[in-house]
Amino acid sequence: MSQLIELRAGRFTEAADRFPFVADDEAAPAGDIIVSLARYQAEGEALASDGRRVGVLVQSHEAVEDLAYDLPCIPVVALSFPKFRDGRAYSSARVLRERFGFTGEVRAVGDVLREQALPMVRCGFDAFAPADGSSAEAWAAVVGRYRHVYQRAADARRPAFEERAAGARVLATAEAGHGL
Amino acid sequence: MYQYDAIDKAFLDDRVSEFRTQVQRRLAGEMTEDQFKPLRLMNGLYLQLHAYMLRVAVPYGTLSSAKMRRLAHVARTYDKGYGHFTTRTNMQFHWIKLREAPDAIASLAEDGLHSMQTSGNCIRNTTADPRAGATAEEVDDPRVWAEAIRQWSTLHPEFTYLPRKFKIAITAAAKDRTAAKTHDIGLSLRRGRDGSLGFEVMVGGGLGRTPYIGQTIREHLPVGRLLSYLEAILRVYNRHGRRDNNNKARIKILVAQLGTEEFARQVEAEFALIDGSKVDLPDEELARIRGFFAPPAFATLPAVSKVFEEAKARDPALARFARQNTHAHKVRGYVIVDVSLKAPGETPGDISAEQMDVMADLADRYSFGEIRVTHEQNLVLPHVKLDDLPAVHAALAAVGLATPNINLISDIIACPGLDYCSLANARAIPIAQDIARKFADPDKAEQIGELKIKISGCINACGHHHVGHIGILGVDKKGEEFYQLTLGGSGAEDAEVGKILGPALPAGRVAEAVDQLVEVYLRERKDGERFLDTYRRAGLEPFKEAVYVAAY
Ligand code: HEM
Ligand code: SF4
Repeated sequence: MSQLIELRAGRFTEAADRFPFVADDEAAPAGDIIVSLARYQAEGEALASDGRRVGVLVQSHEAVEDLAYDLPCIPVVALSFPKFRDGRAYSSARVLRERFGFTGEVRAVGDVLREQALPMVRCGFDAFAPADGSSAEAWAAVVGRYRHVYQRAADARRPAFEERAAGARVLATAEAGHGL
Repeated sequence: MYQYDAIDKAFLDDRVSEFRTQVQRRLAGEMTEDQFKPLRLMNGLYLQLHAYMLRVAVPYGTLSSAKMRRLAHVARTYDKGYGHFTTRTNMQFHWIKLREAPDAIASLAEDGLHSMQTSGNCIRNTTADPRAGATAEEVDDPRVWAEAIRQWSTLHPEFTYLPRKFKIAITAAAKDRTAAKTHDIGLSLRRGRDGSLGFEVMVGGGLGRTPYIGQTIREHLPVGRLLSYLEAILRVYNRHGRRDNNNKARIKILVAQLGTEEFARQVEAEFALIDGSKVDLPDEELARIRGFFAPPAFATLPAVSKVFEEAKARDPALARFARQNTHAHKVRGYVIVDVSLKAPGETPGDISAEQMDVMADLADRYSFGEIRVTHEQNLVLPHVKLDDLPAVHAALAAVGLATPNINLISDIIACPGLDYCSLANARAIPIAQDIARKFADPDKAEQIGELKIKISGCINACGHHHVGHIGILGVDKKGEEFYQLTLGGSGAEDAEVGKILGPALPAGRVAEAVDQLVEVYLRERKDGERFLDTYRRAGLEPFKEAVYVAAY
């Protein structure tokens, strides 16, 4: 079973993958699996009715919108990076998190490299199948490199303009307290 | 001028440490060049013909004197004592050593400069009208919005791996000095009929192999919604732009393939789904940014300066400089001074460390510490008192910066071409120098008037040749350098792509052909017509005939 890096409650840990991908031409084994979007649309209900949980692999050219109605029952959406330069999955992840409020796992698979860890986390990914053998520690280090961010995304980080506003309010309160 | 606060500074410091780590890993052999390349490119470090080149961002073309001095310091310490201003108002250093690159970047960061996002398939440095805050033509200060875009686009997690690079320009004057319509997104600030401020949003402009002029998808976007609208455009592009062919990956191709209307429809649909309250800057942040661009403490002055008038009467060189290189300022008694980096015989856009220091000193003494960079590879002192113009002119002249040729035939844009660039077919710089030499007589140049010549060493069009009144493109013919001429292009508000004049010419014929084109213009022109106007009225034929028929 391959290794995953998982982000749970703000911590990166290595974990065994409980959702192996099953190709379209393979029979589904017992237990939880991930299948292609096409297969999910054709056989998803049947596969799930066998008592297993079924995740979906969405290719970078496929639209996560196609899953909109199924999302409440989907435990994992894996988004593929055929090349690290192919940045479509960042948009897909944000749409899943911010538009559909998806709370399951969003997993990065494919050409997943540690230097991409920060944008992935910010766009809402919380599981990573690194292609470069990175450890959870290395992953966390890359994600932690920047003390500030400038824009709101799918993570909980506060953008610079909010930090500034909060700082200004603290100052204002302090000044009021000193009767200024 | 915008001042970095503790947050902006910490961000740059974090960037420097990140890059240092990456270079160390590369030098220690822990990363291959293939793995390292995208990382160095995200920090503006290119590998060129002879050495690494470092491209430093000059956000919206605005430099403080301190930043200019910092550039001079980096030029002296890590390069050969000079730098090069580009058509995207950035500065390039052409002789950087990989081992020293992190130190160079750390040095830049001390004055709030960086090289982030000056390369790679991300949102690049946003450019703005170099006369912002100084011209009476504008309806608002475009730098406020350019700074908002700078922050929003910095390490934007969703848009760091776009199909291709992405360039935004912003102007607030009817006269476009940013070439907005040649950008992936061009923004033009306007007042609506009800007096409200809004952006005309143009998308899909771009030069390179297939030139397109930007198309309007929104006539009047309320200013406060700028960032969420940009987010909608970028998301549509990120998801649907082509990724199978680098030459077809720019947004211009997507817009052309979908059609402007369908593209606009998709953007509007996405925009409707975006929660603006999460993306757009709150009023207090906009007000904070705006505060940095408050007008400096201008003096109350008479409209006519006696000092200047007397000096001008004595000194024809000053009079010429004032005619060509200065422009009306919004405040009485002040002028905007253009500083040409196109001295005859020099490389367009090049500037020595000494000249940078002089510019910084002049800015401090005479222009509230401000300098601007133009996309035509020149500099601007935005707020000079007429009273001080004689002194400024003398100081510029002393270091070869007083060339009185703004917008004239020798104010040429040229890319580095085969002298530096690994993609070039032909040299561009010597062609620019040939032409400048041919038209060295300033009276003749002034008589010819506005004429924009733009030269690229290959079809990537870094020198904007498609939108030159006369465009010159280097091509390779069986290993020899040839030049294809185009006529009638414009990068301004009347943007247009030029038309090919005829078969490419050998290097030795180019300056002569330009001379022949100019002669046709001088013969044909009617009152007040620029070269471009005469071409538009008279058409290609008389010009073509002069170059190809009369010559033989
Ligand atoms: C010397 C190394 C350089 C290399 C290898 C290089 C490479 C390229 C390439 C490949 C493109 C085409 C991109 C496309 O069409 O998608 C391009 C476009 C461009 N380059 Fe450069 N460039 C270099 C230097 C410069 C310099 C010095 C300038 C400024 C004087 C510049 C300004 C531009 C501009 C404005 C464009 C955009 C044209 C457009 O809108 O499509 N480049 N460059
Ligand atoms: S136009 Fe071509 S030759 Fe000139 S800098 Fe760009 S890539 Fe190089």
